[in-house]
Amino acid sequence: MSCHLAEGNILHDTLMYRVVYDFVCPVLPAWLSYLVAGLAIMIILVNMVLLGAAVFVWAERRLLGRFHNRIGPNRWGPFGLLQPIADLIKLLTKEDLTPANADRITFFAVPIVMVMPVILVLAVVPFAKDTALANLNVGVLYILAVTSLTSVAIFMAGWSSNNRYAMFGAIRGVAVLISYEVPVVLCLLGVVMVAGSMSLSGIVAAQTVPFLLVQPLALFVFLAGTSAELNRTPFDVAEAESELVAGFHIEYSGVKFALIQTAEIGGVLTACAVTATLFLGGWSGPAASYLGWLWFGIKVAIIAFIFVWVRATFPRLRIDQLMALAWKFLLPLSMINLLATTLEVYFLRSDQGVLSTNDLWIMSGINLVVAVTSIALFGILIRDKVRPSKPTIPAGAVAPAALGEVS
Amino acid sequence: MYGLAMAKGMLVTLKNFAKKPFTVQYPEERVKQHPRFRGEEFVWYEERCTGCASCAKFCPLGIIKIVTSPSETAPLQGDKYRLEVFDIDISRCMFCGLCVEACPYDALFMGSGFEQSAYSRKGRVIDIDQLRQAEKLPSTYFRPQLESASYKPQEGQPLDWVDVGRESWRWHEREKAGMRLQPSDASPEAISIGSPDEGRGVVEPVNEEIEEAGTVSAEETT
Amino acid sequence: MPIRTEPMTINLGPQHPSTHGVFRLRVTFDGEEILEVEPIFGYLHRGTEKLAEERNYVQIVTLTDRLDYVSSMINNQAYCIGVEKLLGVEVPLRGQYLRTITAELQRIASHLMGIGFFMQDLGTLGTPLMYCFRTRERILDLFEMLCGARVTVSYMRPGGVFADAPEDFWPALARFMEDWETEFGEIEQLILENEIVLMRCRGVSPLPLETAINCSVSGPVLRASGLAWDWRKMDPYDAYDKVEFDVPTATNGDNYDRFWVRIQEIHQSARIIRQCVEQIEPGEVRLKLPLVLRAEPGAEAYGRVEASKGELAFYLVSDGGISPYRCKIRSPSQINLTVTEHLLVGWKLADMIVTLGSLDINMGEVDR
Repeated sequence: MSCHLAEGNILHDTLMYRVVYDFVCPVLPAWLSYLVAGLAIMIILVNMVLLGAAVFVWAERRLLGRFHNRIGPNRWGPFGLLQPIADLIKLLTKEDLTPANADRITFFAVPIVMVMPVILVLAVVPFAKDTALANLNVGVLYILAVTSLTSVAIFMAGWSSNNRYAMFGAIRGVAVLISYEVPVVLCLLGVVMVAGSMSLSGIVAAQTVPFLLVQPLALFVFLAGTSAELNRTPFDVAEAESELVAGFHIEYSGVKFALIQTAEIGGVLTACAVTATLFLGGWSGPAASYLGWLWFGIKVAIIAFIFVWVRATFPRLRIDQLMALAWKFLLPLSMINLLATTLEVYFLRSDQGVLSTNDLWIMSGINLVVAVTSIALFGILIRDKVRPSKPTIPAGAVAPAALGEVS
Repeated sequence: MYGLAMAKGMLVTLKNFAKKPFTVQYPEERVKQHPRFRGEEFVWYEERCTGCASCAKFCPLGIIKIVTSPSETAPLQGDKYRLEVFDIDISRCMFCGLCVEACPYDALFMGSGFEQSAYSRKGRVIDIDQLRQAEKLPSTYFRPQLESASYKPQEGQPLDWVDVGRESWRWHEREKAGMRLQPSDASPEAISIGSPDEGRGVVEPVNEEIEEAGTVSAEETT
Repeated sequence: MPIRTEPMTINLGPQHPSTHGVFRLRVTFDGEEILEVEPIFGYLHRGTEKLAEERNYVQIVTLTDRLDYVSSMINNQAYCIGVEKLLGVEVPLRGQYLRTITAELQRIASHLMGIGFFMQDLGTLGTPLMYCFRTRERILDLFEMLCGARVTVSYMRPGGVFADAPEDFWPALARFMEDWETEFGEIEQLILENEIVLMRCRGVSPLPLETAINCSVSGPVLRASGLAWDWRKMDPYDAYDKVEFDVPTATNGDNYDRFWVRIQEIHQSARIIRQCVEQIEPGEVRLKLPLVLRAEPGAEAYGRVEASKGELAFYLVSDGGISPYRCKIRSPSQINLTVTEHLLVGWKLADMIVTLGSLDINMGEVDR
């Protein structure tokens, strides 16, 4: 019996799986080796999300602190690095409340349903060369399918909490999630078209020129769309602290709240990872076969910083404006992007249907122009609706008699 | 163009990201306190206090409790009352400083601390012993004589009772010095207000001056 | 089957992150839209007016600190002007200038807080708020230098201010006046023309001038509706007749205009402070008045100032005793709150929060 995963096996492409399998294979029967290897990478994945979320919580709080011109958490551990652990201990020791009239089963299921997609998405992201936990050939489609589970979780939370604030948040959240799926899918289509592959590894391999340059408009729409789907300012209408207190998760406390937070923060990380893979070339970089994980980490950190930066700067949009932004601004932009990309691919590709590096450079030039013109065009179209007409300062106060005239 | 102001805003936050934080880490770092700071732990000079209870009467919350009894030692020399109880319920105090403003003899001062706590409200009632033993770091609030000597309580230089009065009330100092206590000249760099040598430690009970001084103080406090 | 909808009633507050204190709104929504608003207040009632009846005239100053606790100086000023009118005395010139300077500093601090929390209501994650606090902190530092307290200042007394400014106050003030422009310029750059702010605020919850006047609204809320009505101009008190300043007004009376008027007023306040610092001369700061004041029996006075939130007035009646027989406080926040229904009905939940923020109410003053 061969102690190696067969060449044709679908799991053969997954380096981590293969390594674990090959390690346990000599001692265990084949079916058990499959199982053990599967469990091992599952544990790696879950812990990666948890650890990543912990680090990101710390980093976000520190960064926000600096954006606010204050220090941020720095008490517990060096630079406050142990702060997430302290937070976690606090949340774990808190009483876990369930509202009296809540739909208990649904209420209980929500944190699980929320965390699941986050972990599942990471499974297809290649962290370094051949290191995707599952090298799916329909990776992009899989990501889109899995992330749309979140809307179900949000609505479950809102409905089962038996709280009107939660209901408000849930309705808003679902509306936002469903609306923003559309532009995100359309802009990913462009990426897939240029790469000629739906597998994330394939997309990374296709990025001889980073898609950041080839698809600038798609990147813009994707970032806006994901930050709306992740409920982050300026699109955080579902949580909307100043309006709905905490939105859909207002009734959650203790461990459940911790899980929901993990899901949200893990979601941001996942989004960063996916963005880095799709647009920044993932693990590719100098000495990619050894340092791929480093390049990947740096790219994720850059995107995460931009997320935090945007979060620190902008006020929140109103729900109708948010919808308008999705349907009237982002959707047309992604359509334009799609159209431009389609034409470019149609005219530039070789007979084998492959785009060379030179083709990609030409595309990036054209697309940059398209992006700037279309955003500027939309800016001018919207400008009249929001332009500040400057009120005036009169030289002196109005005489008291003016009061009589007015009233 | 639309979006330009948003980009500008992003730049502003980025600029502030690079700036030094304006907050301070409290227990290790402290913001600068000013000499007039109205703080906790009232500074009370028993030697100056006559037990007139002006402070108690003027406290908007009525949290100062004073009980006096006629002094047996030297009623003729002006030592009219002995203080038995001087309680300040500091847990209810709002540090408005009106008691200090009301004190005609410069016996009560605001403190300069702000870091005291207790497990019960009772524990925050400062009684006469605590007031006696408290560190004498008077705030310069409503005490122009301390301010003009540029005294800074935050520098941790305790002031003796002889050093804190207004110059016109040296009668008080002289008389009390002779009667009850020897003023301590232990700290040579102690800041003193007015001329320090004059009349210090002289045993000269001057009865006439008491009345005169009484009128002075009435004017001064108005 | 037709889809049935029904209105949903939500209690917003008294514990809610953006009701600016313990304020409660019972709101009926149709989806996101507001059908009905019922403001309920009184959760912070402390009986200030009654307490004033059993304290003497100087002690009441400490009560006024706690009315609108983000603009204590102006409260002190309003009350002291009331008592001075009651007694028929006039404050020495230097005292007047000191009062004007501190009141304008306090107006800047109060407006900064108003703007900061307005932005917080708009959903920023605290960045503009922290920048506003950074500047406000320096003003509070100046106050600590001046009177020993930062928030509950009790600096003014009937007949002036309790003490002259210490020597190091003037250089510190000059330093602040130099620095704050850049600090505030940053805030303006960040929020004043931000497209999201404009989108959220322009044309939202407009207050017609007629409604504003009929509801007796005052302060920036009234001026945003278009009437340049400012007691500092109409009935100058303290040193306001000796300085030059403009009264910024806007035309629409919407959320953005209220916010904009506040920002412009901050600039005008700085202008007033600069002039006062130039004009101030040495002299007495406080009238020689007895510590325990008494007014003529039957005397009454109405002392009003333009506080940061509107017309703040103290109506004092004396029966000859050491404390006022009646002390009525006309608090601007409470009266500005009466327009909530005009402003909110028909708008969305998110707009409601922003509108409340743009009114800049302070519950300490509303409930007294």
